[in-house]
Amino acid sequence: MNDTEAQPAFFAAEGLCKSFFGVQVLHDMTFSLHPGQVLGLVGENGSGKSTTMNIMGGVLPMDAGRMTLDGADYRPRGPRDAESRGIAFIHQELNLFRNLTVAENLFIAGFPKLARGLPFIDRAKVRVRTQELLSSVDLDVAPNTPVSRLSQGERQLVEIAKALGSNARIIIFDEPTTSLTTREIERLFDIIGRLRRQGIAIIYISHILGDVLRLCDDIVVLRDGHRVGRAPRAEMTVERMISLMVGRTIDQIYPPRDPPMSPGAPVLEVRGLSQRGIVKNIGFDLRAGEVLGLSGLMGAGRSELARILFGMDPHETGQVRVGSTAMTTLSPANCMAHGMAFLTEDRRAEGLMMEASIADNVALASLPQFGRTWMRLIDRTRLGDEVARVSASVQIKAPDLQRTLVKNLSGGNQQKAVIGKWLLHKPSVFILDEPTRGIDVGAKYEVYKIVNRLAAEGAGVLFISSEIEELTGMCDRILVMAHGEIRAEFARAAFDREAILRAAMWHGIKEVA
Amino acid sequence: MSTTTLPTERAAEPARRRPRIAERLLMSEYLVLALTVLYVLILWPIVPSIATRATMLDVLAAMMPLLVVAIGQTFVLIVAGIDLSAPSILATASVVGASMMTDDGGFALASGIPILAGIVAFVAVGLLIGLFNGLCTTRLGMPAFIVTLTTMMFFSGFALFYTAALTDDGSSFGDLPASFVAIGQGTVAGVPYSLGVAAVVMGVAHLVLSRTVFGRWLYAIGRNPRAAAISGVPVRRAVTWAFVISGLCAAIASVLYTGRLETGTPVLGQRILLDIVGSAVIGGVSLFGGTGKVTQTLYGVLFLSVVDKGLQLLGLDLASVFAIKGLVILLAAVLDALRRRLILRA
Repeated sequence: MNDTEAQPAFFAAEGLCKSFFGVQVLHDMTFSLHPGQVLGLVGENGSGKSTTMNIMGGVLPMDAGRMTLDGADYRPRGPRDAESRGIAFIHQELNLFRNLTVAENLFIAGFPKLARGLPFIDRAKVRVRTQELLSSVDLDVAPNTPVSRLSQGERQLVEIAKALGSNARIIIFDEPTTSLTTREIERLFDIIGRLRRQGIAIIYISHILGDVLRLCDDIVVLRDGHRVGRAPRAEMTVERMISLMVGRTIDQIYPPRDPPMSPGAPVLEVRGLSQRGIVKNIGFDLRAGEVLGLSGLMGAGRSELARILFGMDPHETGQVRVGSTAMTTLSPANCMAHGMAFLTEDRRAEGLMMEASIADNVALASLPQFGRTWMRLIDRTRLGDEVARVSASVQIKAPDLQRTLVKNLSGGNQQKAVIGKWLLHKPSVFILDEPTRGIDVGAKYEVYKIVNRLAAEGAGVLFISSEIEELTGMCDRILVMAHGEIRAEFARAAFDREAILRAAMWHGIKEVA
Repeated sequence: MSTTTLPTERAAEPARRRPRIAERLLMSEYLVLALTVLYVLILWPIVPSIATRATMLDVLAAMMPLLVVAIGQTFVLIVAGIDLSAPSILATASVVGASMMTDDGGFALASGIPILAGIVAFVAVGLLIGLFNGLCTTRLGMPAFIVTLTTMMFFSGFALFYTAALTDDGSSFGDLPASFVAIGQGTVAGVPYSLGVAAVVMGVAHLVLSRTVFGRWLYAIGRNPRAAAISGVPVRRAVTWAFVISGLCAAIASVLYTGRLETGTPVLGQRILLDIVGSAVIGGVSLFGGTGKVTQTLYGVLFLSVVDKGLQLLGLDLASVFAIKGLVILLAAVLDALRRRLILRA
């Protein structure tokens, strides 16, 4: 198995660095690949795996560092350039045209022509070549099958065939098994084994640590943009990977929080909430004055749960009580009428009207409260005063609330505008989905203070975050979701980042056991 | 230009560039009004009659029905929809309303209040077609373009069929009561009644859009329907109402047109679709939704009507008038796109 180590590395990355908006997300990333090697890449969400791969695949430029391919400088100008140099990237969300056939997808970048310079496609050649490529990944479908008729696993094989068709020498897999059946996973692993024997190097990114351990020759662990460990498989265990991923980071600063002396009355009660394929049998209570964290990996069903609770997505079974009311129908308007508020994870698409003023945005959810009885004419003086009061209380920094457009604000101030919109509505249950994503440290601190103040005033806060550290810093209690279910619950006294991560990765660990 | 922007780029605050004069003019609400004045000034030496009191009153009286439909259209455009069915509502309301009150055997003559019955029929046609458009768009999720295109085709045909079936000559309902005709033609102290009707519609529409909860909801829906829905805005109900209002406005306009022409005719408004949407867009109501005011629609209608009158006074034939108006509306659409680009860049 280790005969490949004798071969020299043909790809190397040294000291890769990358910053977004002044925040460094990747520090001195270094690794190398030799033909036939399978390199595993693991780390929490936001640890820098995707950034590294995006740099390699030409999606992002690097700020500093150097990559070499066959000893020469490698600096891809874009994904197409990376592909032409033999580096293929198979994304988690597959990039196939579902309305086209398998053959068309394989050759979309350049069809063989009947003759040079003529626009006519050599159909016979396309068919033969497609069959060759498909047989190399054991996919037994006709070249003219529409991709829409294939299963997820089959589509992935088409992606691999496409990579082979472009003579890829390095294939990057990003979470390839998330939507595959057990049998499809087995087939994928067989093919990865075959690819490596052909001398193709593989980079395998996954949260399923058991798979990584089984498949990879070497494993690199990332945390907060740093490479914190690299070891051959023989020296790695799932336990070690987890403790490396969690590590001990310099504690971020959180505003002091006085947890409620005695728990308040429940403001949100959820029982047996299920929606097939999304969430399963969710039950929990959120109490007045409590900040309840919701942890889990991407795709664990956290945001989906929040959307169901706020009536944006349907559910099949389950009961939800808000305050003293058993909710018969969940819809945003109905949930709001009972005091719920929801800050979505995508503030641009769902939180804000980017081309409207701060005042218009802050007012949006509370307009009916400012309508006079006749024609619902808006009491503009009172609305203006209230908008100004709320905007000041969340410290939106802008020259003019009425004139400044939200799109001209920084991410932090935009987020405060969304929070202000909900505070004006005076929520008793506030669901925050990734409230500090993409905002700077100072603004984060201010958001934390607002959350604490809300809780102190008696609201219940459901705090969803991918950063375990943030949850342990902010919450009274943390629920951990995996595969649509609540897998564990931790009280503040028992917060343990490693245990939380272990619960979130429950599926991956189960595979090894 | 680049030299003046240099110092601000160093500032820590997001750079605030002073807009160029051309940009400021382009962004101005009064651009169209300025263009109208410019147009009159240019034509004045060639056709002096364009600036007479008679011509102005004529233009004003002629543009009122168009103004009322265009105001209805503004509501739909603000929620990023479009109502192509307005001309067919004009026609259907015209023939159905006229058939109620024509002295030549109208259905409602026996009721003793034929004019009231006729006006109720006008309004009912407008409300019902508007409601149908609104429900198809919001409940079935169909694109407004297709819904209103098909209702336009259906009701244009229906109006013709209705007229052919019920009239002797098969082309129109004449002999309308004199007091109904007065709504379209009469004047008080030289000011047409229709101006009063349009002014009331304009005033109410302005109040609704700028000052009510419903109005704010419409803008929010046009700007970001998802954010609006999550913020508790009843998106589907509000959009349905926008279509109903558009239908109602078309019905009111139909009353004015029908009175002006003294006949209920199925070809009423056949050629004004482009004028309706065009004048709103010329005035600055964006086809992309989220912006637009009643006053902007007024400027757009005024501009288009003045252009129309000027071309007539120049003695151009109908074909040239159409071609030139088409060009003008195209220019307005280009301006709209430019404006939007400026907004996005700012």
